[in-house]
Amino acid sequence: MNLDFSCVVKYWPFLYHGALLTLKMTAICAVLGFMLGVLLALLKLSKWKPLIWFGRFYTSVFRGTPLLVQLCIVHFGLPHLLGVTFTTEQSGILTFTLNSAAYISEIFRGGIQAVDKGQYEAAKSLGIGYGDMMKDIIVPQAVKHILPSLVNEAIALLKETSILSYIGAMELIKAADQITVLSYRFFEPYLTIALIYYVFVMLLSMVANRLERWVNRSDQVS
Amino acid sequence: MIKFHDVYKNFGQLEVLKGINLSIDKGQVVTLIGPSGSGKSTILRCMNLLEVPTKGQVFIEGQEITAKKVDIQAIRKDIGMVFQHFNLFPHKTVMENMTYAPIKVKKKPKAEAEQKAMELLQLVGLTEKANEYPGKLSGGQKQRIAIARALAMEPKIMLFDEPTSALDPEMVKEVLEVIKNLAHTGITMALVTHEMGFAREVSDRICFIDDGQILEDASPDEFFSHPKTERAQSFLDKVL
Repeated sequence: MNLDFSCVVKYWPFLYHGALLTLKMTAICAVLGFMLGVLLALLKLSKWKPLIWFGRFYTSVFRGTPLLVQLCIVHFGLPHLLGVTFTTEQSGILTFTLNSAAYISEIFRGGIQAVDKGQYEAAKSLGIGYGDMMKDIIVPQAVKHILPSLVNEAIALLKETSILSYIGAMELIKAADQITVLSYRFFEPYLTIALIYYVFVMLLSMVANRLERWVNRSDQVS
Repeated sequence: MIKFHDVYKNFGQLEVLKGINLSIDKGQVVTLIGPSGSGKSTILRCMNLLEVPTKGQVFIEGQEITAKKVDIQAIRKDIGMVFQHFNLFPHKTVMENMTYAPIKVKKKPKAEAEQKAMELLQLVGLTEKANEYPGKLSGGQKQRIAIARALAMEPKIMLFDEPTSALDPEMVKEVLEVIKNLAHTGITMALVTHEMGFAREVSDRICFIDDGQILEDASPDEFFSHPKTERAQSFLDKVL
């Protein structure tokens, strides 16, 4: 066995830009997916039947089909149908946001339903409106309980951005591919990006731990 | 101030209230007592529409709150409610618990809301807990904060739904003391409690509820000394 990482060093800019794109996609889609997910969860918890149906249908579609298929439909299918073309990044943002929103909405629905009924009653009895009640009283308590699940979702998202390589986006996998083509070495580039993914996930976990301690500050008993 | 006209409430097949007629005047303290499951909490919860009557009308200060298109939020901000399980917001400090609604709902400036909150904390004897989270408080302290939180909205009516039922025995007194002081301020109060001695001392009227109906409505002395119905008599025999 002879390992030679010189190719990795030599073509490092590929990996650097790939890593940046991976991070960028993850960050954008996590934030947008979170917001859309909360909205969808509220739809599913509303009293109006059509809204509930829409929320459930949405979730079933995005959970019921492979992410890669969704990406292909958005990137190759929609332009054909609508006559608009998306860059690989735009397609990625659209698909990952829509997809992760479906999962996040389910996580949120569970979290919101787990908040004690008394919290709603106390808020209502103080004359607090539905919007403020959800935003300031219910959702913050729900987030606290579902934070570990949300972190899981973010980690999954980070790794799933790798399928962007399929539509030609220059993220980490594509960067490694490039290096294999240029240097005829396979093990080292792929091992390197595996390591990069691993480090990113670890960093994300560390941030999440901090965050968890922060949201649980009201539980600390002196 | 509060008026019930022939109020019915069903939970599915179960008829919980069966034609409640009740009138509470301004400044009166009325206690609802009766066996558990008799519907007394439901009556209380109909006063701020946490439960919506199936049939009948409820009036607050002459306004029918059971009518369609009523701004229930506007009515609720004038009706404070204290719950059995306190229901403080666990992620907010005591001060934030007490100032959130005054700032958000009544649009009070923050400084003014905080000043009012400190006054109320003094009233319930917990000024030193202003920056604590509810998780660090005892049950009795939580309930005193919950009362202060409701009072921070400067309500015209206060509802107490079994405020001491979830407390350890040694904490009951501190909470009852606060409620008693409040009763003397002339605020209109409706409460549900199992503390008979307290009910007798603090109430202007006692309503005895059984099986979804008001069986007796009398002054405390009259009710406790000479209950008119057999069911009230047998209830009192059991609890006193």
